[in-house]
Amino acid sequence: MADDLRVKDSIDKDTVAAAKALESENYEAGFSTDIETEYAPKGLSPDTVRFISDKKEEPEWLLEWRMKAYERWLTMEEPDWAMVQYDPVKYQDIHYYAAPKAGAKYESIDDVPQEILDTYKKLGIPLREAEVLLGVEGAAETAAAARETPRVAVDAVFDSVSVATTFREELKQAGVIFMSISEAVHEHPELIKKYLGSVVPQSDNFFATLNSAVFSDGTFVYVPPGVRCPMELSTYFRMNAENTGQFERTLIIADKGAYVSYLEGCTAPMRDENQLHAAVVELVALDDAEIKYSTVQNWWPGDENGKGGIYNFVTKRGDCRGARSKISWTQVETGSAVTWKYPSCVLRGDDSVGEFYSIAVTNGRQMADTGTKMIHLGQRTRSRIISKGISAGRSDNTYRGLVSIHGKAEQARNFTQCDSLLIGGDCGAHTVPYVENRCADAQLEHEATTTKLSEDQLFYVRQRGIGEEEAVALLVNGFVRDVLQHLPMEFAVEAQSLLKVSLEGSVG
Amino acid sequence: MLELHDLIASVGDDDPKTILNGLSLNVPSGEVHAIMGPNGAGKSTLSYVLTGRHGYNVLSGQALLDGEDLFDMDPEARAAAGLFLSFQYPVEIPGVPVMTFVRTAMNAQRAVRGEPEISAPDFIKQARLVANELKLTPDMLKRPLNVGFSGGEKKRLEIFQMRMLEPRFAILDETDSGLDIDALRTVAEGVNALRDPKRGMLVITHYQRLLDYIKPDKVHVLSAGRIIASGGPELALRLEKEGYDGIVGEAA
Repeated sequence: MADDLRVKDSIDKDTVAAAKALESENYEAGFSTDIETEYAPKGLSPDTVRFISDKKEEPEWLLEWRMKAYERWLTMEEPDWAMVQYDPVKYQDIHYYAAPKAGAKYESIDDVPQEILDTYKKLGIPLREAEVLLGVEGAAETAAAARETPRVAVDAVFDSVSVATTFREELKQAGVIFMSISEAVHEHPELIKKYLGSVVPQSDNFFATLNSAVFSDGTFVYVPPGVRCPMELSTYFRMNAENTGQFERTLIIADKGAYVSYLEGCTAPMRDENQLHAAVVELVALDDAEIKYSTVQNWWPGDENGKGGIYNFVTKRGDCRGARSKISWTQVETGSAVTWKYPSCVLRGDDSVGEFYSIAVTNGRQMADTGTKMIHLGQRTRSRIISKGISAGRSDNTYRGLVSIHGKAEQARNFTQCDSLLIGGDCGAHTVPYVENRCADAQLEHEATTTKLSEDQLFYVRQRGIGEEEAVALLVNGFVRDVLQHLPMEFAVEAQSLLKVSLEGSVG
Repeated sequence: MLELHDLIASVGDDDPKTILNGLSLNVPSGEVHAIMGPNGAGKSTLSYVLTGRHGYNVLSGQALLDGEDLFDMDPEARAAAGLFLSFQYPVEIPGVPVMTFVRTAMNAQRAVRGEPEISAPDFIKQARLVANELKLTPDMLKRPLNVGFSGGEKKRLEIFQMRMLEPRFAILDETDSGLDIDALRTVAEGVNALRDPKRGMLVITHYQRLLDYIKPDKVHVLSAGRIIASGGPELALRLEKEGYDGIVGEAA
């Protein structure tokens, strides 16, 4: 990842260098850390659920909540309607819990297994200094000030546990609660009880139910009324241990008039077996509150024959509960073998706004069936969808979107633009837009384009002296520009690098 | 500077058609040569063959730029070696602003040549100066390349890029098509500003009119893939009077 955090319009040398690698063996984050990991025994049974709950010393009410979900899961059937094919997940052959043996939190940097620190360093995630990662007092502030960059508070999740959270004290002063869900269960049970499962109920879908039973950890954020969170919050997931599914659970609440911007980034090592990622993210925005949720996902996509790679089946939903509330999802998805996700907004409050900006790249033999759902319930609600799909190699990329206007949702407005770019002749792009409109005065605009990366454009760019790979990157960047500009600065540069790397070898 | 020896080239991969039939040409450094000829003569084919466009195959012959074999290089390498084509039909590059594109191109070429990148202030200064001369507004420079530009604007933008990239050898492919008198003058001034003892140019055109503004040192007539006549500027005037038939007939 580029060290340079400035957002540049032109492509800098680092990103050009990143594109030079041509084989999937060059996936930079494709290594694993050999550390002692504690595993729950393979398989999913009531004992597994109890094991996880015990490990986290959870109160009885939460164990019961999990068991209810587990029992429901046993009665459910895995859905198969998406335009993706994957080898069946062997649910009894997965470890549902993995934790670095030394324990979940560290008082000082000396306590953290060196391997974990090395891993994060190698990944070059937004906060590079190990001390900052662990919240050693004062280190974060000094380091950030020296770099003159916006500070980002990071909660690092290594497999199933949250390793460290930085900037806790400063956030605490602002009244912002930013900690792992496991901790929040102990320190703020009333908030968890009130909001967990209120946006994505246990019954929602097969994978959400599974997640509710075995969720391991995740991020919890609560921003009190009127508070604008002083920095961007971030979580960096890493799926390291073999044969583990990662089931993180994230819950973000912005109380009245609050604002928070959250960045989710992910990587995973190369493995031969597929790994399952069935996360649940719930966002709640009360009156006049705003939540901005950005994801840059770079999971292992599998090799050029489609072997290995991550299955990314997540349920993400935002509830614009309050009047004039706003939730926006911005995502750059380039990894994972199979992607199946629809970050959505329920526009409950009057005058609430939902936004979805997405770049989804598929290359090699990846498959993506992704999009969003905008559910208009309140009065004068607005939603905006801009989706850019890029297909290359022999991949398949599907945009599936739902805009639903309920009978009493008057004066609703939606603008949808879904564009597909095809690189090469063996890939596919599909658009499946659903509109369910039950209110006569709704204003809905929909534009969709499908273009093929043109040889003429490529030649023109090359005739000006720009090399082939860089030319593709330039044209792709132009294609996704509308979405890139919605990413927080921290992520925009990383996203551009990622786009280049994910499209390497796509031409010719 | 540019030496073409007996070029035979075809277009199309599935059903190739030979367009250039033994074309030879020599453009010394510092000179501007014009190529005129009827439709289908091979004028655009020549420009595509020299710049390395896909779908055009060189069957035999040689093209040397200051002794360097052009056919041995990728299109971008030819550009870095100093070859520039002002396209007859410039394509649109959505989402990529003019300034970004030009700067990326300049730096890409410099990287290949081992030169340092152009600094932001220098670039902006130079860009503004050149844009002004070509009557391109600052707003235009922020727009995605060629998107929504009129034909005349696109041609002026080609010359803008030429002025910024400062090539050693420029090929202007029907730069005058679609231009009104004023635009023609502006473009011609832009081209003339680049005349230099160390630079060569090939101006491809149907009509003599452009050559009133960009005075060539030599004029060649291209017909059926071969140069059939060469002369001074007066040859162009003769073509205008007599049409191509006369000269083509003579050569037969």
